[in-house]
Amino acid sequence: MDNAKVDKIVEKHKKDSCQLIGILQDVQKVFNYLPKSALDHLAKKLDIPESQVYNVATFFKAFSLNPRGKHIVHVCMGTACHVRGAKRIMEDVARELSIPEAGGNTKDMEHTVEQVNCVGACALGPVIIYDGEYHGSMTPEKTLKLFKK
Amino acid sequence: MKRQRLNSQESLKKYREALVKARDPNQKVITVCGGTGCIAYGCKKVVEAFKTELEKQGLTDKVKLLVTGCHGFCERGPLVVIRPENLFYQRVKAEDVPEVIEKTVKNGELIERLQYEGKDKKKILKEEDIPFYAKQQRTIFGFNGYVDPKSIDDYIAIGGYSALPKALLEMTSEKIIDEVKKSGLRGRGGGGFLTGAKWEICAAQADQTKYIVCNADEGDPGAYMDRSVLEGNPHSIIEGMLICAKAIGASHAYVYVRNEYPLAVENLGIAIEQARELGLLGKKILGSDVDFDITVNRGGGAFVCGEETALLNSLMGKTGEPHQKPPYPAISGLFGKPTIINNVETWANVPLIISKGSAWFASIGTEKSKGTKIFSLVGKINNTGLVEVPMGMTLREIVYDIGGGILKDKKFKAIQTGGPSGGCLPEEKLDLMVDFDKLTEAGSMMGSGGMIVMDESTCMVDLARYFIDFLKGESCGKCTPCREGLKQMSGILNRICDGNGTEADIETLKDMSETVKDASICALGGTAPNPVLSTIKYFRNEYEAHIRDKKCLAHTCKKLIKFEINQKCTGCTRCVKTCPTTAISGKVKTVHNIDQGKCIQCGVCVDRCPFEAIDVD
Repeated sequence: MDNAKVDKIVEKHKKDSCQLIGILQDVQKVFNYLPKSALDHLAKKLDIPESQVYNVATFFKAFSLNPRGKHIVHVCMGTACHVRGAKRIMEDVARELSIPEAGGNTKDMEHTVEQVNCVGACALGPVIIYDGEYHGSMTPEKTLKLFKK
Repeated sequence: MKRQRLNSQESLKKYREALVKARDPNQKVITVCGGTGCIAYGCKKVVEAFKTELEKQGLTDKVKLLVTGCHGFCERGPLVVIRPENLFYQRVKAEDVPEVIEKTVKNGELIERLQYEGKDKKKILKEEDIPFYAKQQRTIFGFNGYVDPKSIDDYIAIGGYSALPKALLEMTSEKIIDEVKKSGLRGRGGGGFLTGAKWEICAAQADQTKYIVCNADEGDPGAYMDRSVLEGNPHSIIEGMLICAKAIGASHAYVYVRNEYPLAVENLGIAIEQARELGLLGKKILGSDVDFDITVNRGGGAFVCGEETALLNSLMGKTGEPHQKPPYPAISGLFGKPTIINNVETWANVPLIISKGSAWFASIGTEKSKGTKIFSLVGKINNTGLVEVPMGMTLREIVYDIGGGILKDKKFKAIQTGGPSGGCLPEEKLDLMVDFDKLTEAGSMMGSGGMIVMDESTCMVDLARYFIDFLKGESCGKCTPCREGLKQMSGILNRICDGNGTEADIETLKDMSETVKDASICALGGTAPNPVLSTIKYFRNEYEAHIRDKKCLAHTCKKLIKFEINQKCTGCTRCVKTCPTTAISGKVKTVHNIDQGKCIQCGVCVDRCPFEAIDVD
């Protein structure tokens, strides 16, 4: 069943191994992360070594080899947000959700928190994106409120 | 309308004439900025409200609603400009829409509260008179406000694709390269290499197969101009690449764009489809002997892929590791074939050079840096946004005249140009003319055009640590100086910020910086020490304060600061309730106290206190 989904994506990219990054993105979109079985199947299907698939899957930031939570929280750590206090905001999020400051999943898998480099909404910095919705000009107080819903 | 293939210069001309004829120059147009900043502010609701209201009032035939790419003035979004008068409204909400239509669109009355207010408290009527726009020269970016990025007809109607027939049918390859060379255009992605010279090298290669690549992997945190050009005017990039295809003899291009830019990917995809329909991509374009098509590849989120050789590896489905140059991609690039890689903004300049001529382009800018440059002006600045200015404008003009000065009238401390591996320039460098060479001389660089403004509350040591930590994380790990050097430098900087620095640390950092700079394979390592070197050069006193006095002058390094409650405290207990570690105690109406053992310096209490009763030292 899952392999069929991978096959469909590979066909869409015409079995072109040069499209590996795009293929992995599509696979992640379907499964929310990159399951081991899908990666192994992908290597066979594209006829490239598993090492190449894993190499790329672990090199790029966009890919996650672990399942992700129900809500995705992106904390922008871009320079504009940094000078406006993004580090403090990240610390608050980490403390509030009891996760490491580098980000991660909450125990109940409700949230996955990821640091991102720049979302191009610098006028609103510091920014948190909660399930695709932008929350701008964040303060420690607003951050606590966001998660105390 | 089913589009017909345009197979000659004449047919394109006729197509354009028909479009222009069908358009009324006095047509009422409501343009809503649909750039990322405005989307974050909620402009989609504004667009929906305009649609509903126009339908309700039966105005859909008379008034055109145009959702455009980024207008640049992100600070004031969502932006609405009503043409042909160019009436400018800012911070427009969906609730304002019925009033805008009733008063302004139908009756020409102005709504004062939506207008921009100048420093003298006077309302400013037109877009072009707003100080933020008035000093800019928006040769590339200006089109964004006039075209629907999803419509090739809009681009053609304003004169787009007029350089194309000239290049394909009237000019020889040599003549195109000569024009680009004479214009003095230099790569806008950071390298600053002469674009025409690069093309010439590539054109001289004997290989039958050559490739073109558009580098849209804009990884610099705090910079988003390439995204905005790609989102707002994708056809200008396509036209630029088509012209290069003729010049070097390539028939295929790849656009490598960040996956984090879904709107750019979408708009570019639509643009390519439409160009194919009209025959502006495909075989024998406009009846010439040029065949050309474009593939869009999405990146995986790695800063190092902005480096051209790393990008090429990534395009071939491998990890983004750079390799030693030479050979340069212009000689041996994608799949070992000669390849021209240029950045988004560079491509957008090419059609202008061909249609307006190299002399026009070379008349803008300084002796060795020609044309305009788009900067992303962000940080502690009043007017955050994208600004396009002629090369040679001073930092002061950009920060104060266009940017409107520092947020909350605080004191300017530094401006960082060139992305994470650029340098920080202090106040005495504000009169520096911005061009490739002047910035490098001052210890910074042009990079792709990020400009981050900092005020007195930014700690320069912490900032250097931030950049080194960022670059350490983004180092691909292939070469030792970058991988290990940045790790060691990060260790030292973290030690200094924690108050454990030693006297020798500054000199060690300088030594290591030189090694990392000289010995790294690619530009990531080659420029990574810039933030450290420039902050030591211009803000050495801050390093010394951390090391000798264990003080952070900007009060940001947590291990070196302490929160204390002063006599202004009224005992309102607000801070007691918000403190996440219950470090604050005190009875109602008595001065509170912070338990230093429990305090984690998070600062929530400072934000919460309405009486400025909490001191940070």
